[in-house]
Amino acid sequence: MTIIEESATVPAPRAGDDKGGPLLEVRDLHVEFHTRDGVAKAVNGVNYSVDAGETLAVLGESGSGKSVTAQAIMGILDMPPGKIPQGEILFRGQDMLKMSAEERRAIRGRKIAMIFQDALSALNPVLSVGYQLGEMFRVHQGLSKKDAKVKAIELMDRVKIPAAAARVSDYPHQFSGGMRQRIMIAMALALEPDLIIADEPTTALDVTVQAQVMDLLAELQREFNMGLILITHDLGVVADVADKIAVMYAGRIVEQAPVHEIYKRPAHPYTKGLLESIPRLDHKGQELFAIKGLPPNLMKIPGGCAFNPRCTMAQDVCRTDIPVLHQVTEQDGTDLVGRGSACHFWKETIHG
Amino acid sequence: MPETLNKASAGAAETPAVTPVPVAAEKPRSLWSDAWRDLRRNPVFVISAVLIVFLLVVAAFPGLFTSVDPDHADLGKHYLGVPSYSHFFQEDWFGYDVQGRSIFARVLFGARASIIVGVCVTLFVTLLGGLVGMLAGYFGGWFDSLLSRITDVFFGIPLLLGAIVVLNAFTHRTIWTVVLALGILGWTQLARVMRGSVLTVKQADYVQAAKALGAGTGRIMFRHILPNAIAPVIVVATIALGGYIAAEATLSFLGIGLPPSTVSWGNDISSGQTVIRTAPHVLFFPSAMLSLTVLAFIMLGDAVRDALDPKLR
Amino acid sequence: MGRYVARRLLQMIPVFIGTTLLIFLMVYSLPGDPVRALWGDRPADPQAMARLRHEYWFDRPVLAQYWHYLSNVVTGDFGTSFVTGRKVIDVMAETFPVTVRLALVAFAVEVVVGLSLGLLAGLNRGKTWDKLVLVITLLLISIPIFVLGFIFQTIFADQLGWVTPTVQNSDDISQLILPGVVLGSLSFAYIARLSRTSLAENLRADYIRTAIAKGLPRRRVVGVHLMRNSLIPVVTFLGTDLGALMGGAIVTEGIFNVHGIGNTLYRSINQSDNATVVGIVTILVIVYLLSSLLVDLLYAALDPRIRYA
Repeated sequence: MTIIEESATVPAPRAGDDKGGPLLEVRDLHVEFHTRDGVAKAVNGVNYSVDAGETLAVLGESGSGKSVTAQAIMGILDMPPGKIPQGEILFRGQDMLKMSAEERRAIRGRKIAMIFQDALSALNPVLSVGYQLGEMFRVHQGLSKKDAKVKAIELMDRVKIPAAAARVSDYPHQFSGGMRQRIMIAMALALEPDLIIADEPTTALDVTVQAQVMDLLAELQREFNMGLILITHDLGVVADVADKIAVMYAGRIVEQAPVHEIYKRPAHPYTKGLLESIPRLDHKGQELFAIKGLPPNLMKIPGGCAFNPRCTMAQDVCRTDIPVLHQVTEQDGTDLVGRGSACHFWKETIHG
Repeated sequence: MPETLNKASAGAAETPAVTPVPVAAEKPRSLWSDAWRDLRRNPVFVISAVLIVFLLVVAAFPGLFTSVDPDHADLGKHYLGVPSYSHFFQEDWFGYDVQGRSIFARVLFGARASIIVGVCVTLFVTLLGGLVGMLAGYFGGWFDSLLSRITDVFFGIPLLLGAIVVLNAFTHRTIWTVVLALGILGWTQLARVMRGSVLTVKQADYVQAAKALGAGTGRIMFRHILPNAIAPVIVVATIALGGYIAAEATLSFLGIGLPPSTVSWGNDISSGQTVIRTAPHVLFFPSAMLSLTVLAFIMLGDAVRDALDPKLR
Repeated sequence: MGRYVARRLLQMIPVFIGTTLLIFLMVYSLPGDPVRALWGDRPADPQAMARLRHEYWFDRPVLAQYWHYLSNVVTGDFGTSFVTGRKVIDVMAETFPVTVRLALVAFAVEVVVGLSLGLLAGLNRGKTWDKLVLVITLLLISIPIFVLGFIFQTIFADQLGWVTPTVQNSDDISQLILPGVVLGSLSFAYIARLSRTSLAENLRADYIRTAIAKGLPRRRVVGVHLMRNSLIPVVTFLGTDLGALMGGAIVTEGIFNVHGIGNTLYRSINQSDNATVVGIVTILVIVYLLSSLLVDLLYAALDPRIRYA
């Protein structure tokens, strides 16, 4: 953990600095889980920021810490066993980790809302969707039951659920997967929050429905000028909607960049591997590339760069030194704005 | 795979996202070996298992612990005398009962009746209930409806009430009539548990795969479904065993269970209640042994359930 | 919903017939000739015996007797006790309210104490309160009800002198509190454990995380989102438990000398008073069936997934 100070000094791209800092900024966040079998270090010094109207995509495989980071921001981590030993989560410049439980609750749902992956299990099965939507207004704005119901119908209309007024008293299991996810989105949007965290919002859906839901989300985000953190493992989803991208591995950000550059020129071998493992029509007939090995055991993260056992470029230095997030530059040394790579050999990767 | 890290690591050992990588060399963990590994570390299991082994030894060989005849009555030894608590393992350790018999000896010899009733009733109901539940769950349809309604009929009669009525039909009551009375009314609970469990397992992919590969009905039932459906049945049966022991004692207490000549805790509690105000120890020791036995089985069942149900860890 | 209720009612009929028949067969296979027993040691008058046998349908096959009985029951006639000569319905009218009061006290104890302990333990899983509740309930479950009755009698009547050891007036509900607590103790231990497990399990559910993410106060998360889901298995248990309470009443009423249905039933079994036994058990079966119907309806009210299935 000696590397923390170094990585913390690497500047995160700040688009909205002039307006007094970004909407949300995560600084050197650490999360660990104390279990019977040992301590799992799920997040190990994450830095990222989002501005109003901006979409940050956080990319990574299972166990990379992308969801845990989001839960830490929302304040819905199970603690214990979860623990945040260090780090700051600044919302409009204020550290939420230092707030009282009541202050945080006032932010949850009203200022920062979350969309969960599996709407069927994330919605309460025994309460009607109208009740669950209306609850936002009743609790946060003190509306009456009747007014809340009217608002719930409006919301359902807004996320394009057909016959909203007729279906407001239905229960989650009576809706299709896509409709349920729309209800989830409606619930997050209810109080027009500043920031929405969407945790794999389309993973559980059919491919055809995925695009509709993503489009809806992007449209509403533009309309309300919200910040959006989109957590996903699907590179395809990201390209259309995200402004910038952060790739996570073993609880760290290994690469960050504006969205289109990363597809053209990845600066980290892991990102490169991810991109190469997408099946492509023009490579039909060739063997599909796959990153060898398995994600690391969070109880025993490999020394040095956590990716080294799976990396094709790994050298001795990768097994001993944890790479900091280097500013990525052009070959001539000019900075590439907003780009960083936590690889000792980022130059070879991007330019090699 | 969805990102379940948070929940999974909260749930500790079984977290797929956290543990599996370098452990390829470790032997594969099945539900049962995992449960066993858990059980050995669980103090509740260890205590209850030791207690049960001890009770089984007492039930089988009470003579190992005392040479006193539990039926030997000496009216000179008065029940009002205070037990000699320092006389470990001696005749008068727990004092004497109303007829001047050694309570220590009677408590030891009384274990046999309780254990036999508990174990036999449990075997009976597990086999009968398990079979009915398996058939109902596996075949479904009208056959399931029929079996389920029959189960409902028996379930509608409270255990104790029904057992009293059944036992009244026998003029000569023995341990086996008690086993029968509790057994023919007690199987419904296990049939329901088994049916539910089989219904769940039946949907599993490996059962569908076995069917697709043309496995016979018997093979599917006993090789594929039974081993996977049996866990909740074992848990319920273990806990129920304690309940049957308590039920036997209750019946004996009501004077309708084991014949008075049988040395049993229920009978001794029944005779002890007459002197509860003057000599509470006459009632206390058989009650304590009975409670301890019931406790041991319930604790065992609890521990096994916790081990087999990773959801609750 | 209407079809659901209708289906459940239809299902009850065969179960009712089956259970009463089962009881009828068990009771009428009891040994001893109740008619001959009337004369005791004196020589019996064969003509009078035959007349009585005919009058009470003893000379017909058991199934015919059962059919005769069942058709009378439907009209509210439970027959006349051969032993005491009293109408069974009168005996039940006298004793049933006492047991109902006793069972209600037990039921109230179960629900209030059981649920509170379950909530306390379930929300503090793994902490001291949780462990304490687990130990207490484990002890209550392990101690047979009659032993517990004696313990309570000794403590509250003999030592503390709060109550009389046995019930003097079965109509006085305050005197039924101690027997009620004893009767309900086993079940409230079960309810405490059941609701604890259920709460702890649901506390990890995704929709609870959603409720927290919505910024709801903890009171609301627990009271609205957690409770309703967690109560479903508890309600099921409560329903089937009514029957067990009636069975337990035999022992409890015996220990505390409550003149309720359990006491009467026990005496009737010993006296081979078949008409009274069958009558009481029939009523108990009806109570059981109605309560399980009620549970199913409650279940449907609590869980919409059942309602629309």
